[in-house]
Amino acid sequence: MSSHYEAPIRKPLVIGDKSYHDITVDVARPVETRANKQWWTVFTIALIAFLWGAGCMVYTIGTGIGTWGLNKTVGWAWDITNFVWWVGIGHAGTLISAVLLLFRQKWRMAINRSAEAMTIFSVVQAGLFPIIHMGRPWLAYWVLPMPNQFGSLWVNFNSPLLWDVFAISTYLSVSLVFWWTGLLPDFAMLRDRAVTPFSKRIYSTLSFGWSGRAKDWQRFEEVSLVLAGLATPLVLSVHTIVSFDFATSVIPGWHTTILPPYFVAGAIFSGFAMVNTLLIIMRKVVSLEDYITIQHIELMNIIVMITGSVVGIAYITELWVAWYSGVEYEQYAFLNRATGPYWWSYWLMMTCNVISPQVMWFKKIRTSILGSFIISIIVNIGMWFERFVIIVTSLHRDYLPSSWTMFQPTFVDAGIYIGTIGFFFVLFLLYSRTFPVIAQAEVKTILKSSGENYKKKRENENHSHNH
Amino acid sequence: MSTKVLHVLYNDDDVLMDAVKTTRAAHHHIEEVFTPFPVHGLDKAMGLKPTRLAICAFIYGLCGLSFATFMMNYIMIQDWPQDIGGKPSFSYIQNMPSFVPIMFELTVFFAAHLMVITFFLRSRLWPFKKAENPDVRTTDDHFLMEVALHGSEEEALEFFRNTGAVEVKVIDKH
Repeated sequence: MSSHYEAPIRKPLVIGDKSYHDITVDVARPVETRANKQWWTVFTIALIAFLWGAGCMVYTIGTGIGTWGLNKTVGWAWDITNFVWWVGIGHAGTLISAVLLLFRQKWRMAINRSAEAMTIFSVVQAGLFPIIHMGRPWLAYWVLPMPNQFGSLWVNFNSPLLWDVFAISTYLSVSLVFWWTGLLPDFAMLRDRAVTPFSKRIYSTLSFGWSGRAKDWQRFEEVSLVLAGLATPLVLSVHTIVSFDFATSVIPGWHTTILPPYFVAGAIFSGFAMVNTLLIIMRKVVSLEDYITIQHIELMNIIVMITGSVVGIAYITELWVAWYSGVEYEQYAFLNRATGPYWWSYWLMMTCNVISPQVMWFKKIRTSILGSFIISIIVNIGMWFERFVIIVTSLHRDYLPSSWTMFQPTFVDAGIYIGTIGFFFVLFLLYSRTFPVIAQAEVKTILKSSGENYKKKRENENHSHNH
Repeated sequence: MSTKVLHVLYNDDDVLMDAVKTTRAAHHHIEEVFTPFPVHGLDKAMGLKPTRLAICAFIYGLCGLSFATFMMNYIMIQDWPQDIGGKPSFSYIQNMPSFVPIMFELTVFFAAHLMVITFFLRSRLWPFKKAENPDVRTTDDHFLMEVALHGSEEEALEFFRNTGAVEVKVIDKH
């Protein structure tokens, strides 16, 4: 018992009188039972949105990018906004699974599986946008370093857009193997509980024959640690490189050195908000409130508040640097953001991203389910507008006032965006009924140190020693 | 010829740890331990050597870094140098700041994937591989220690029941 000591001041991470077997049963329940009516309702809505989006994508590819609201001045708009938004959301998963692992944060264990799933599903959405924006997606493989005979030239390794190809594909594939490696023991648990031959076969395949030998576990832990060490700089590099898409250009409002850290903070900010949105619903639907506790939500809220403040400081620094630079174009770009025709999107971004997370200073709000849920939605709206502000307001009034214009999205722009939200939820909902949504093997390792019943038992023992 | 092994089941990780220590002290040979989750310190208690996967990952990372360097040097400097924004196109080292992101990404890509592949091969994990845990409870809440049986069966059974086992079985292994 003594080896499982944890300071009594730390709140329990697993609530209730749980044994190892209870954890198994609780995590396996959503997989082994049938989906309820609400699940089917939400799934149907998501599926319709996805199909609508797929239709819009087919229309775009069949007819051309002209179906979007782009024009000669605003050549990038919703597509890149959505791309950056989805990549940003993806960042929280790796942060929870990798950075918090390096910092030995036990609270990551109940949420890392779903956060990583969210990462993978949102990076898939992000990847769709550059591919359909190519216009001829069947030639997407041209972004790979192909020999000369394929086209006229090699790809350009000086281009941040190509760095993005490498960064996003490394990120997606490494996140996927990180996730899957962690899933093996949990799939094995489902396999060994399966009653029908069909599910037995499925989970047997998915678990790669995991047997849980002592040596396997030793390797498993080493691999997790090294992957966390690799994924930590990787996740920071991904959004840094996404910001290079803008920062290495000569467009006022984009050409700023603050963009990499500002993008990374924004990504973590929106990612944690999305984890909160998803988990607040999921913990309820699959009855895992004992594992994803109010404390987990509170800790995520604190991260949202901190990164929101970092983003706020970045916005203000940007303004200051624009003024201090003495560059007229730069100064105008920022003046135009705040007071130009797109002023409403700028102030929406400021309100949602800088002001709204500040309510998390109040313990009452950051421990309230409804409050956290509302703020998490507001933050993601704000972060979408942040990208819209950066991209569209910097482009719509360029160096040549005669080409100044506005951007008007078409139904296709909106349809594709809604479609990716639908696709994301389709994947997440399917995941939540077929995958072990909590890393149960890892939660079992902290049960004795952080389980409510064990903590109480220890406390009682201490009391009886004192008397 | 078949050899006999004992399957000793525990339902608590602390009991298992103590049992592993007493078993080794009594000079019984532990063939294998199957656990539902990583029991910290179990590998040391069993006398397993540390894994060298991290060293592999480092070497794979170096491979990725060299691959990125050779690839970009060949493509951008040797095969088809281009003047892009006036960046130096005839010297890798001078053009390198632009190549750092991809050098980094490929280092991570190679290190991560090759390490995981090595892990899967070494631990014999792949799709359609049959699981080898002898008891399905070892992925739930039971811990199984497989011990080679030498000498008297009765004595051994008695010994392991005293280590806090919830179940001791004699298994014929072919």
